[in-house]
Amino acid sequence: MRILLTAACLFAVATVALADGARGVVTDELTKKECSACHMAYPPGFLPARSWEALTGNLKDHFGEDASLAADATTAIRDYLVANAADASGKMRGFPRGIPADQTPLRITELPRFKGEHGRFSDTTMKKVGSLSNCVACHQGAEKGYFEDD
Amino acid sequence: MKWMILPLALAAAVLATPASAGPREDILATYAAAAKAADGGFAGFDAGRGKAFYAQQFTASAESPSCSSCHTASPLKAGKTRAGKVIDPMAVSVTPDRFTDAAKVEKWFGRNCNTVLGRECTAAEKGDFITYLSGL
Repeated sequence: MRILLTAACLFAVATVALADGARGVVTDELTKKECSACHMAYPPGFLPARSWEALTGNLKDHFGEDASLAADATTAIRDYLVANAADASGKMRGFPRGIPADQTPLRITELPRFKGEHGRFSDTTMKKVGSLSNCVACHQGAEKGYFEDD
Repeated sequence: MKWMILPLALAAAVLATPASAGPREDILATYAAAAKAADGGFAGFDAGRGKAFYAQQFTASAESPSCSSCHTASPLKAGKTRAGKVIDPMAVSVTPDRFTDAAKVEKWFGRNCNTVLGRECTAAEKGDFITYLSGL
């Protein structure tokens, strides 16, 4: 019986690892460098192409901060994010699944699946974390694409 | 006798060059020239003005009203962005490569002055800021 249980547990762990694995990392050096100056460089697959277009099209007012970049850098980063967006294949995959087609979310934290997986945190926890944008506060492997360590 | 002239001239040239000349001094010299061009009465940068500027509360942004909002009240300490990322201390004594890359300096003054002050910073403000943070 014990052997069976152990096997079942191992199978469960293996399944989870296969199912979730790395959720994507930023592989473009310029994107990684510029976006991670203020926050973790979020994986392009966490938003649809239309969201990346909207964000990179208004860096002058990036959630209240001026995050302007030179035009050539902005274009290069936009192209990378759009080419690797959640719906780059034509079909919405991963985290942004479930976004209504007429919506262009600007915050990953507003995605239906993000909200579903995070719920609400106490004020004490939020004080420590600072901001829900700060993935690495809880997900230590976030910058390598791993978010299942909570 | 002539053999002594060249070494002497070289020694004089070395002595005449300010000991601290480097990229930060070049950046400050550029801002000083711009400040002088904007105001004929400009009489040099001032660390005290830079200190006041660093702590000043502006009204353009509720989230980021001051340099110290993210960089903390003490430039000797690490700061934190609104998204929670640690920022190396601004003081040159703690982070020696601060203000040594002109493009980087202009990029961040451009962004942060617009966010915090709602306008560009003047050359005098930039020079005062760097002077303050270089002398801590």
